[in-house]
Amino acid sequence: MKRLPLAAALAAFFFFLLMAVSVRQAVLMLVGVGMGAALAGARFGFTTGWRQLIEQKNPQGVTGQVLLLALASLAALPLLGQFTELHAALGPPSVSLLAGAFVFGLTMQIADGCGSGTLYKAGLGVPLNMGILPLFAFGSFLGSVHLDQWLALGQIEPVSFSATLGTGGALGLTAVLLALTLLAVRAWVGPGRTWLDRRWTIGAVALALLATLNLLLAGQPWGVVYGFGLWAAKGSAALGLFDPAANAFWSQPGNAQRITQTVLMDVTTITNIGILGGALWVSARAGNDSKPLTGAQWAIGLLAGFIMGYSSRLAFGCNIGAMLSGISTGSLHGWLWVPLAFAGTMIGVRVRRRYHF
Amino acid sequence: MTSAHRLQVAFWLALLAFLAWDWAASPAINLRQEPPLIAAGSGQASSGGHCSMAK
Repeated sequence: MKRLPLAAALAAFFFFLLMAVSVRQAVLMLVGVGMGAALAGARFGFTTGWRQLIEQKNPQGVTGQVLLLALASLAALPLLGQFTELHAALGPPSVSLLAGAFVFGLTMQIADGCGSGTLYKAGLGVPLNMGILPLFAFGSFLGSVHLDQWLALGQIEPVSFSATLGTGGALGLTAVLLALTLLAVRAWVGPGRTWLDRRWTIGAVALALLATLNLLLAGQPWGVVYGFGLWAAKGSAALGLFDPAANAFWSQPGNAQRITQTVLMDVTTITNIGILGGALWVSARAGNDSKPLTGAQWAIGLLAGFIMGYSSRLAFGCNIGAMLSGISTGSLHGWLWVPLAFAGTMIGVRVRRRYHF
Repeated sequence: MTSAHRLQVAFWLALLAFLAWDWAASPAINLRQEPPLIAAGSGQASSGGHCSMAK
């Protein structure tokens, strides 16, 4: 596939959004394209980085992710303190979060991609991830439909480090927690390892910049999962399979309004489309090196993708919405998400080996 | 064309079909209520959906 026709198609979509939707959505689409190009170009896979740490004691991927979290926090926390229009990604610490993050971490290894990973690999043309995407969307929708029942199992109000400690305190606490993460990684991998890799570093810097742009433009941190759930909710409602007014989550004023509007007005939808487009643009030169899967691997991968979508909603985000956006905007839920998802991943890599992925 | 390429074409066609249906089935956008390009400093609180939201 040639890059020029792709660039022309993306430019045409940009102008359509500019004229028919809003300047903000058009520019956010370009931010999404940048995210997709950075994710795919740097192969910045959260799932792969965690797997390399566990199986090969290679810390480079996780170091790249810690760098991304540090840079994004350095930008986001002062901006949130300065501009009252901006929102943090504050999810409630809850049974739903703990169970969802664990299952998400497990299934993302089998599906070989988290929320952003599934997006950019689908954009690259990896068959399993293209197959997973609609199931991930349906799972995310189903998770949102059941969310009130999960929250009834126990929750507390969201905890904001900025609201509790101020911007300086939130930055300090985030820095300490990131340093402790690196110390734990050092204890696991032992001495004599190469910590930095050019590919991961470039990806981290680019994604931190783009996540900050997303926050400044949209007023909310980068997210992936909400848009998928919205697509499936709209489709289910249109087919008469779902009544939003009878559901606790979708009858909330904001959600009820968004389900009646075109998805092109939704922030996470527009960056998701941009990510797919950016990854497709990268794939025009890089191609994809995915190996053919057996029928059993397809079935297990697709099932994992569906459960991953469901659990991402219970966990109040994936590696982007909960980990990156939660941590970088000072939400306690991001820091609860990481160890639970990592514990799930430790089982997920074994399941992955068991089925010879 | 390989089966992977056929799947890729089907994937993009399905996505475009969904977006076209969504656009056709949704009410027209009132461009006079367009949000400012940059939310920060605009005086308008953001109201978009996000995965961290419990409601």
